Amino acid sequence: MKSLPITIDGVSKAYGTYVALDDVSLDIQAGEFLTLLGPSGSGKTTLLMALAGFVRPDSGKLLLGDRDITRLAPNKRDIGIVFQNYALFPHMNVLANVAYPLALRKTPRAEARQRALATLARVKLDGLAERNVAALSGGQRQRVALARAIVFEPRVMLMDEPLSALDKNLRETMQYEIRRLHDDLGITTIYVTHDQREALIMSDRIAVMNSGRIQQIDTPQRIYDRPSTRFVAEFMGEANIVAPGSVRRIDGAEASRETLMIRAESFHLDTKLVGGDGVALEGILRAKAFRGENWLLTLALDGGQEVLVCIPAALAGGCAELAAGQRMTAYAPAAKVHAIPGATA
Amino acid sequence: MLEAYPHNRLARIVLWGFAALVMAFLMLPTLVVVPLSFSASNLLEFPPHAYSLRWYENFFGSATWMAALRTSLILGTLTALIAVPFALLGCISMNRLGGKTAAAIQSVLLTPSITPGILLAIGLFFVLAAQRLVGTLFGVLVGHVVLAVPVACIVLLPALARFDWNQVQAARSLGANWARAIGGIIVPQLQISLLSATLMAFLTSLDESVISIFVASGRNSTMPKLMFVSLRDQIDPTIAAISTLWTAIVVVVVLIVAFRQKS
Repeated sequence: MKSLPITIDGVSKAYGTYVALDDVSLDIQAGEFLTLLGPSGSGKTTLLMALAGFVRPDSGKLLLGDRDITRLAPNKRDIGIVFQNYALFPHMNVLANVAYPLALRKTPRAEARQRALATLARVKLDGLAERNVAALSGGQRQRVALARAIVFEPRVMLMDEPLSALDKNLRETMQYEIRRLHDDLGITTIYVTHDQREALIMSDRIAVMNSGRIQQIDTPQRIYDRPSTRFVAEFMGEANIVAPGSVRRIDGAEASRETLMIRAESFHLDTKLVGGDGVALEGILRAKAFRGENWLLTLALDGGQEVLVCIPAALAGGCAELAAGQRMTAYAPAAKVHAIPGATA
Repeated sequence: MLEAYPHNRLARIVLWGFAALVMAFLMLPTLVVVPLSFSASNLLEFPPHAYSLRWYENFFGSATWMAALRTSLILGTLTALIAVPFALLGCISMNRLGGKTAAAIQSVLLTPSITPGILLAIGLFFVLAAQRLVGTLFGVLVGHVVLAVPVACIVLLPALARFDWNQVQAARSLGANWARAIGGIIVPQLQISLLSATLMAFLTSLDESVISIFVASGRNSTMPKLMFVSLRDQIDPTIAAISTLWTAIVVVVVLIVAFRQKS
């Protein structure tokens, strides 16, 4: 199966005065797993629906390979889509659902049946071919939807929050399975989610979206450790945005003059675990909470700003004895201190 | 309503009694023709002194009545066959377009159901007269379709509103054009609503008298028109026999619709 790259070039879409997509440009490589991550209303689903052909952009171009598909009908795009609610056809059994795209392509009946069965085996649904769709569990429906979207060997796959209806354990299993399926097929995949953990686990690259714009596009690690805006920093996890004045260098050298982002779990309480080029934050302990794998401390800096400090339980020997109101210092290594130009604390 | 007063027997009796009164008030005038139709007398008399089937024989033996019955059944069938697909497409477009466009389409499609029938009939008469179509089956058919479309829409709109449109998007993404998505995904799942709409459209045509009186004539007279004319010209119990048969047909159709919707 030959997968294709996708080019999104200056795509905008407005509904009345509401701007759903604001001049979005994005290149997705052939075979890449790219996640569109953002809160609801950020435009990620609108962008996906534009690629699928259900939303017509006001301006801009969409290319599949070198073919302009901006105005192509959805049924001529050869894109497999997995919908949030699965959108299985309740009047057909599992086999008929999966064979449907093949029937539309006039594949001979015997071949269609054989290919549908093979695809069902691939998503671990052997033996359920004759089952009624209504008799399936949520996870099984998800797999049928997946099988139906790949059986006709599309060159691109779009997934719109496909796991949001599943419970936590099943969701984690499916994350790995979808990723493995992607790796086996090598199919260019665009995956929409609002769950940052899911995006980090599954993606080659993540495009973080907010208010119709792409805020940052990068590898999961860089998105997490080196966010380019305050929004990305805070959306990806427990981020502390600290004014330059609240921070001092451990070795006494002059500290950065830019606004800094330090993740809660980057802190240590022991200065020996942090190099001399690391930073120290001093303040009063406001609250502490034991969360199982770690302690969460709320530290009020001298400037009044509150900072979240997360200490792994294994390293938090002294945390149980800390008392609210007590003065303390948290340290972070230089590698985990990231400047966000232009942001204010 | 009854569930709210499960232990209050008096309230139940009063409620049932009241409901029975309303039913009687609505149905007695219709049912009174049934014994009349089996009368042996030449006059419409109630209660009849003797019973016979002669008025039924009279009806089935009359070439005029049989022609009208044939016309009505053909018209009803054609009306349903044209109005239901038209209404289905109209409802799909209203559902998909939404907003002001949908409201505009809806007001156009549903206007005939609130326009006084006589106005519609007069208007249609002049339009058809200009095209020299007065008295033709086609002319009456146009009028009946116009009346049946809103009826079918009222049945289909809520069914489409409940429909999971992601399924249509899924079908489209899998390679189905609009026609195949409608035929393969929407229609099979709306079978019951479509059957109801078809029967309601059929009944609308079967029952319609005003347009028929204005536009239909001669060989193309419909049953309601002929009933009206014969009631005016000669009163004999044939009309009661026809009314009884007509009521029976309508009741059967309505019962089919009701039971299909339940199951």
